[in-house]
Amino acid sequence: MKDPVDVLIIGAGASGAAVAWSLAETKMHILCLEQGGWMNPAEYPSTGRDWEAKFYGEWSSSPNVRGRPEDYPVNDDNSPIKVVNYNAVGGSTVMYTAHWPRLHPSDFKVKTLDGVADDWPIDYDALTPFFEENDRMMGTSGLSGDPLSPLTHPPMPQQPLGLSGAIIAKAMNKLGWHWWPSDTTVATMDYEGRARCINLGHCTPACAQGAKSSTDITYWPHAIRAGVELRTHCRVREITTDENGMASGVVYYDKDGVEQFQPAHVVIIACNGVGTPRLLLNSASSRFPNGLANSSGLVGKNLMFHPYAQIYGYVKEPTDSNRAPPTCLWSKEWYDTDPSRGFVRGYGVQFVRGAGPVFEAVVSEQKGILPWGEDHHRIFRKLNGHRLGFSAICEDLPEEHNRVTLDPVLKDSHGIAAPKIDYTISENSRKMMEHALARGREVLETAGATDICINSPIPWGGWHLLGTARMGTDPARSVVNEWGRTHDVKNLFIVDGSIFVTSGGVNPTSTIQALALYIADQMKQRLANLFD
Amino acid sequence: MSADTQLTRVQRDDLRTVAAMIVPASDAYKVPGADDPTIQADMLATLGRDTKLVAAALDHLARLAGRPLAELDAARRDAVAQEFRAAGGVPAATLVRVVLQCYYRDDRVLGSLGLEPRAPFPKGHVLPDGDWSLLDRVKARGGSLRRAP
Repeated sequence: MKDPVDVLIIGAGASGAAVAWSLAETKMHILCLEQGGWMNPAEYPSTGRDWEAKFYGEWSSSPNVRGRPEDYPVNDDNSPIKVVNYNAVGGSTVMYTAHWPRLHPSDFKVKTLDGVADDWPIDYDALTPFFEENDRMMGTSGLSGDPLSPLTHPPMPQQPLGLSGAIIAKAMNKLGWHWWPSDTTVATMDYEGRARCINLGHCTPACAQGAKSSTDITYWPHAIRAGVELRTHCRVREITTDENGMASGVVYYDKDGVEQFQPAHVVIIACNGVGTPRLLLNSASSRFPNGLANSSGLVGKNLMFHPYAQIYGYVKEPTDSNRAPPTCLWSKEWYDTDPSRGFVRGYGVQFVRGAGPVFEAVVSEQKGILPWGEDHHRIFRKLNGHRLGFSAICEDLPEEHNRVTLDPVLKDSHGIAAPKIDYTISENSRKMMEHALARGREVLETAGATDICINSPIPWGGWHLLGTARMGTDPARSVVNEWGRTHDVKNLFIVDGSIFVTSGGVNPTSTIQALALYIADQMKQRLANLFD
Repeated sequence: MSADTQLTRVQRDDLRTVAAMIVPASDAYKVPGADDPTIQADMLATLGRDTKLVAAALDHLARLAGRPLAELDAARRDAVAQEFRAAGGVPAATLVRVVLQCYYRDDRVLGSLGLEPRAPFPKGHVLPDGDWSLLDRVKARGGSLRRAP
């Protein structure tokens, strides 16, 4: 039998890395189990001539398409939005756009302000120091002073405006609408051992330059130097409990596929809004027959994705195409509730610079705007290098019927039940998406764009996996308390996006990590009576 | 019956024919068609995980055509192609994607588009910083965050 560790963290992605690093100063024995391995930047897509083709196969954002041994399948047949993620040290920070907005202060008080969903049990101010700490650790670039966003202090200057940014900015100015250079985790100068961005362009499926922040190159080196043990290719099957109803450790499969038991005094789950409920439900036992920490019945429920309403078109001038990070500007013009729009809450916008030639050809052929035959070449030259995009990240409100359960048939390579997604887009979200598409069309047409196309929702757009183990003070209406400890199991914590109460209208990773640091801080302050 | 790992001779012939229908050679743009031997060799060498779906697409195409695609007259070939693309589902989309992803990484094609035939790393690209005075209007307009009680 292995010696028990003080703290066992499951998952080495965005939140697992942050909580590991923060807790390392306690000098406790901290072990992290990660189902994936370390990434090798020399093998990232942008190092090869087939850099675009890889996105359709081994570097797909969908675990079902990718099918690496480190991935687990997801049954998302009953959802118009498919789950996308990445499984490795660094988790989905290896494969993300690096767009870095935060939730707004008003996002924590949705019930009070708009009478929908629930307020969070904490407010923005509680997270402020951890947002700042996280921005330093992840290394953000941006321009402080956006009047419609929370104040940030990025340690590096914003990305260049580029060709695409200038076209968008002029159109937005003509319409009198808000825009601002996005905060991103793309290093615009050498920073903490990371080289500055050289515009490889193909950022989302990992950055060979190391300019895009991912936790394998930010938090983890610091955490490991501070004594945290990270064991890779270890897939946790279940969390075990003892006769007192406390977590006693985990059963996992090691890199050789051998079943192991690792005892632990504290267990922290950092597996995202799909992986976390899957693990809790797979940890059902005679003491916890409906799944671990599930006395509320809410584990897996209230799944929020952020439906993306995307519209794009083609301008006469050249755009940045694939020669820059894909995102450059955001807008918060429609972020807050305006009753005249016919829906509550709102959406953030991230503008997209363009696409590479293969992606352009494949997508345009599918959309029916790039023909076969003689005219193919003329039309392709009109499209390629001329695309501009407008993507609205629509706030998804929690609804219990949107949920993660265990698939009765589908299993991963270790025979562990796979997650099943049941999700529908609400009427409120549909109205919001229609509103966003109409505004996007105005922006694009003002910019002179033609051949306008729509992806609404973006089908493979389930990046943001939120709400399935929500935070709250009432054990009947939430899974974890206001500092991340499960109501039912007093040495079990959750630090990932599943604890979100509402989703806001922005990419969530910055807030996920700030929450993880906040929970780690709360644990450190309560070490003497952590289980009371 | 198609093998899992490679295409039959008939399938390869049809792939070449349909590839030329998708992207024909052009004297005007000085580019080869997608039936060019180098591009075809790239497709066959890198089919990998797409082999099954592409083979299924080609089998579907063969059923629609009733004979090798190249033997049909132009009008009939176009009709078959349209039906194939409209009803071919994921296999047809995969075949088209395989053709396009190999075509648009060919050195001659990229050259004709004014693009350097290379991987993005390590050279990268240069991005103009742009005119940040465009932001002055946003700053002047101002605004404030919605208050949270």
